[in-house]
Amino acid sequence: MSQADTLTRSVWPIRSLGLFRSELVTVLRRWRTLALLAVLAGVPVLIGIAVRIETGDGGSAGGGGGGGPAFVALITNNGLFLVFASLAATLPFFLPMAIGVVAGDAVAGEANAGTLRYLLVAPAGRTRLLVSKYASVLAFCLIGTLVVAVSALVTGALLFPLGDVTLLSGTTVPFSEGLLRALLVALVVAASLTGIAALGLFISTLTNSGIAAMATTVGLLITVQIVDTIPQLHAVQPYLFPHYWLSFADLVRDPVYWDEMRSNFQLQALYVAVFGSAAWARFTTRDILA
Amino acid sequence: MGEPSAQTGEHAISTSGLTKRYRGGQLAVDGLDLAVPRGSVFGFLGPNGSGKTTTIRMLMGLIAPTSGAARVLGEPMPRAVRSVLPRVGALIEGPALYGFLSGRDNLLRFDAADPTAEPRTRGTRVDTALERVGLAAAAGKKARAYSLGMKQRLGLAAALLRPRELLVLDEPTNGLDPQGMREIRSLVRELAADGTTVFLSSHLLDEIEQVCTHAAVMSRGRLITQGPVEALSSAGRLVVTTPDPAEAVRVLKERGVTGLAADGDRVTGELPQDPAALPELADFNAALVAAGVRVRGFGVERASLEDAFVALTGEGFDVAG
Repeated sequence: MSQADTLTRSVWPIRSLGLFRSELVTVLRRWRTLALLAVLAGVPVLIGIAVRIETGDGGSAGGGGGGGPAFVALITNNGLFLVFASLAATLPFFLPMAIGVVAGDAVAGEANAGTLRYLLVAPAGRTRLLVSKYASVLAFCLIGTLVVAVSALVTGALLFPLGDVTLLSGTTVPFSEGLLRALLVALVVAASLTGIAALGLFISTLTNSGIAAMATTVGLLITVQIVDTIPQLHAVQPYLFPHYWLSFADLVRDPVYWDEMRSNFQLQALYVAVFGSAAWARFTTRDILA
Repeated sequence: MGEPSAQTGEHAISTSGLTKRYRGGQLAVDGLDLAVPRGSVFGFLGPNGSGKTTTIRMLMGLIAPTSGAARVLGEPMPRAVRSVLPRVGALIEGPALYGFLSGRDNLLRFDAADPTAEPRTRGTRVDTALERVGLAAAAGKKARAYSLGMKQRLGLAAALLRPRELLVLDEPTNGLDPQGMREIRSLVRELAADGTTVFLSSHLLDEIEQVCTHAAVMSRGRLITQGPVEALSSAGRLVVTTPDPAEAVRVLKERGVTGLAADGDRVTGELPQDPAALPELADFNAALVAAGVRVRGFGVERASLEDAFVALTGEGFDVAG
């Protein structure tokens, strides 16, 4: 191997980082992305204000209706619980919808605009481009989740008292540990979105219409969420990507209960493997006609 | 038919039997044997729908050929995409830009996509490219606000981000004003003078005639002819203007002029094919005058590339079915 070869090989990963950065910056500079992030930041504010108004007369908020963890009732005692409540509220729909939009648009949107052919003749390399795109969607999963968490933390701190945290299991831990657990929860939530990110990217490689890919991904999300609530279909439910999503609440127990979260991670890994390879197989052999 | 050459080393592009059949059975490119010499400015002609863009897409590895092979800069495509394409600048089927990014940011993004492009020189290379296509003043504007001509220039700038061995330009003057067209032509000449091979697809024959050294003509997916431009357009015809057409035809026929036709006071005919056997043109005139033909006009009209093109494709610029 010549010296030049060695050099090319050693700088290649760094330059791929450049493509990833370019991807992420491009995604974040779209108005659509900023609007999605604004919606995500708005949800905790809405929940916070609603709870504040509801409990303004000293009463307590209604005992956590719905299937999700009963975080809402705990917000009045500790603003930190707004982080958990907001993530529980956005995880079923708002967050995956935002991911579906960004992932669905990733390849199809560029094909639609024609920029895909110029990236490929640059040459970005099909595998390298797809990996960069998936990495940027994953980064967006994390960014979206953190936007919700930070907005919730700020709103919670402004509207409610902060202090030692009484976990769901009854144990009380210092605020710093509560904050750490909130960060962990955010990371787990972001990881829960990797499956739909891979699914959205795969759908994105199937079409030249960004809108179609986004709509299909979000439509699938809604369908799967509905199927997940029909008792008669319980046989398939453990294989649906949102099935274990709300298991992150187990992080707010002492001791932490890992079983469902492990199932969640395994399921997400399965979706990433299946739809990631499908996206790769499709994208690397596809005729780019747009 | 052009002769397919085995010596790929001296060809920037060579294809053999290159064929693309789309799903649905439409044969877009049919057994194409193209040979683009290195250092040439190669005009790729054909009516809309004749398979030019499909060919270019196959050459750039965007679509896979159904059968046949293509080599670009001596390496097989699409297998060698990674090592070939950094040396190729391309403008394919018009420019495509990120409307929400400035012109400069668009170029930065396309350059970041090339793993062999040096990030440290990216800024200066982008500025040089913008300068070269006359967009420096509008570099900070959002690409959405660009006119078609400006977008075309930005697309060209993307092709010129690095020194290239081969430039593939698909309809580069589309949407440009006459001034812009002139600029592109002089840019192409400048690049060719530096040794860059330029592969230029166009339906503007005038443009091809002005800048190209070689040309190929496609029609309905097939290559009709290829070769040096003069060879394509030099089938000159002798034209004599005279009030005595019948006499003129007789005299010229005796001198070996073929395909004679008289139309009013205009007599046209084909000069003998073999250039060595071609007598001095003035001798024709002298013979006519000696025979008492009153010659009012005498000369050779070179068929324009357009005439040659229409004669070859027989369909002018109608869209092929």
